[in-house]
Amino acid sequence: MEIVTNPVGVVATQLHELLKSLLPEWLAGLLMAIIGAGLLASVVSGAVILLVWMERKIIARMQDRSGPNRVGPFGLLQTVADAIKLLSKEDIVPARVDKIIWALSPIVVLAAALMAWAVIPWSPGVVPADLNVGVLFLLSMGSLPVIGVVMAGWGSNNKYALLGGMRSAAQLVSYEIPGVLAALVPVMLAGTMSLSGIVAAQELPTRFGGIPNWWFIFTPWGFLAFIVFLISGIAETNRTPFDLIEAESELAAGFHTEYSGMRFALFFLAEYANVFAVSAIGSTLFLGGWAGPIPFLPTLPFPGILTFLGKTFFLVFVFMWIRSTLPRLRYDQLMNFAWKRLLPTGLVVVGITAVWITTSRAFLGA
Amino acid sequence: MRRPAARRDSAVSEGVAIEILESDSPNELTLNMGPQHPSTHGVFRLIMQLDGETVVGVKPVMGYLHRSTEKLGEARTYVQGTVLTDRMDYLSPMTTNWAYAATIEKLGGFEVPERAEYIRVIVSELSRIASHQVAIGTFGADVGTWFTPLVYCFREREEILDLFMLCAGVRMNPSYIRPGGVARDLSEEFLARCQAFIDKMPEKIDEYESLLTKNEIFIARTRGIGMLPPELCKEYSVTGPIARASGIAYDIRRAEPYGIYDRFDYEVPVRFGGDAYDRYLVRVQEMRESVKIVRQALRDIPEGEIRGRMPKVLRPPKGEAYARIEGPKGEIGFYLISDGSTSPYRYKVRAPSYINLTVLSQLTIGHKVADAVVILGSFDIVMGEVDR
Repeated sequence: MEIVTNPVGVVATQLHELLKSLLPEWLAGLLMAIIGAGLLASVVSGAVILLVWMERKIIARMQDRSGPNRVGPFGLLQTVADAIKLLSKEDIVPARVDKIIWALSPIVVLAAALMAWAVIPWSPGVVPADLNVGVLFLLSMGSLPVIGVVMAGWGSNNKYALLGGMRSAAQLVSYEIPGVLAALVPVMLAGTMSLSGIVAAQELPTRFGGIPNWWFIFTPWGFLAFIVFLISGIAETNRTPFDLIEAESELAAGFHTEYSGMRFALFFLAEYANVFAVSAIGSTLFLGGWAGPIPFLPTLPFPGILTFLGKTFFLVFVFMWIRSTLPRLRYDQLMNFAWKRLLPTGLVVVGITAVWITTSRAFLGA
Repeated sequence: MRRPAARRDSAVSEGVAIEILESDSPNELTLNMGPQHPSTHGVFRLIMQLDGETVVGVKPVMGYLHRSTEKLGEARTYVQGTVLTDRMDYLSPMTTNWAYAATIEKLGGFEVPERAEYIRVIVSELSRIASHQVAIGTFGADVGTWFTPLVYCFREREEILDLFMLCAGVRMNPSYIRPGGVARDLSEEFLARCQAFIDKMPEKIDEYESLLTKNEIFIARTRGIGMLPPELCKEYSVTGPIARASGIAYDIRRAEPYGIYDRFDYEVPVRFGGDAYDRYLVRVQEMRESVKIVRQALRDIPEGEIRGRMPKVLRPPKGEAYARIEGPKGEIGFYLISDGSTSPYRYKVRAPSYINLTVLSQLTIGHKVADAVVILGSFDIVMGEVDR
């Protein structure tokens, strides 16, 4: 029975046992870590390929078009074909680029996007690394891509890229602060920084003295924090309406103007991996992660993964929906919005949450 | 005279003599946009001097699409000259056809039959709708939407092009309006499909508007951007929707009615803001008015000839003529001098896009880079007409 409810856990335990019988303890542990990381990276990359197809299809439908429908069933293999094409392209290194910085940049961006996945829980017990400071780790990984983007902007020796890189530095740094404030709210509500702990707290429908606490988005402060988080998430992943970094109508392709072939594909993958990661973080922190739609029901690991993925893909859909609808903000409007609207909102939400927690503890004895 | 080599900007290609904007300030950056750039609407080039993100100097460079149309027109007969007009404003060839035909009719004193006048109004107003659809759609893309307004607009533009295929045989470059009339008669199928199209169009225009008009981000990006005061408008003889968005109620269909425009009931939309947002709104309103005109024309169209009595070989008498009509981009006029032979002695075009573009650099300075793109988008230029 356990193989059905928790296939990932069973396979992992069996494999670990097998390795331990053959190899010394530390080597087996190391191998397990490498296998796990490789598996995770492949799963996420596979999901990203699906996401690219999904976005093309969804936006096409919203625009009364068909979208990709030639390669494979429903055009599913279109992204695969594109990836193969990009892989087989000539690797063009423009003259007078800062070669090391230029070559490193796509790797930094993609690695940061994949790293966030290390701490995200898929279902009870299925967590690549259950850090007790998971949220902190996520936030620090979220601030890494900006370094890669600035590297690309500076290293490309191109004015469009430079402008894009400069914009990104300002934008990503400003939107990180409201994002952090929003992520603080679930941390305060759950009383832990571990992501599994946060999800577990959302499984219990009644905490704090009988007042429903089921999925943080259903509390008023949780809902506000979710909105702030979603907006800063869109900004941090450079999606419309905050896609100033690669604003094609003014900056051609922004920071990745000079990249082609597989290097460009890495940026492209990173963008979607980031969208996927931010959606996963959003569903973990606010939508109850693996917790099913019916409270009180114990969550089994396997359906848990499906619930989690369902919520994540819904958030991804919201990202795509917004992209196909809204125009782009201007640089100064973007900064104004971050500092004058989003940041105060975030602070107020954190304040309200703090007051709620203290009063509920004092009066309801939770 | 040779410029010192050190003053040459690396972005300036060889062979193009361009006044360099470069100043000695270390805080400024010269950004070259185009001729190949997603938002220059063709092969147009802007050299911008930036202080951070703020534009402090602009140099528009034109001529990348120059095909010496005017000279070619002098080497061809009057009728062959029509084909050249298609290639100017390729987004609205019917109106350019008409301006050229009207000039020849004025030159030779030719009469146009009643039915042909109605057909001209119908196809020209359809052409105006199609042109404004491209203008609004690409403007949406310039403001940063992920092409949704563009695709919506192109959906209906396709139908207009299909209608053109029915009447002229081709979608683009129809050469349909000829001196003395039109090329072919409208079929029953055309009239029926056109009626169906006109009936559903108001709803579709609402749909375009639902994406942009009240969108807060769109308003923030376009309101107050690229303010064009009416005085400046007159100084640079800017015409068309741009002038009407600046409060100048000047529409040649009203000011100097040509063809049968005095028979229709329609309004000339005028707004007084003079910014990119008002230019957009004026275009949307003009589409609605064009729909009205086409509806009335379809109702009233009589039976009859579609081409007046024209000589077998077109040889207008010696003289000169300038005729103008209201194109979707502004006043489009042709100036022809006849020396009595089969081809014009002089073939001169007053291209609205070109003349409107001259005021661009005045408006852009002081705005952000992103606004420069929005202002250019709100001008709705067609490079085929600018460079000719």
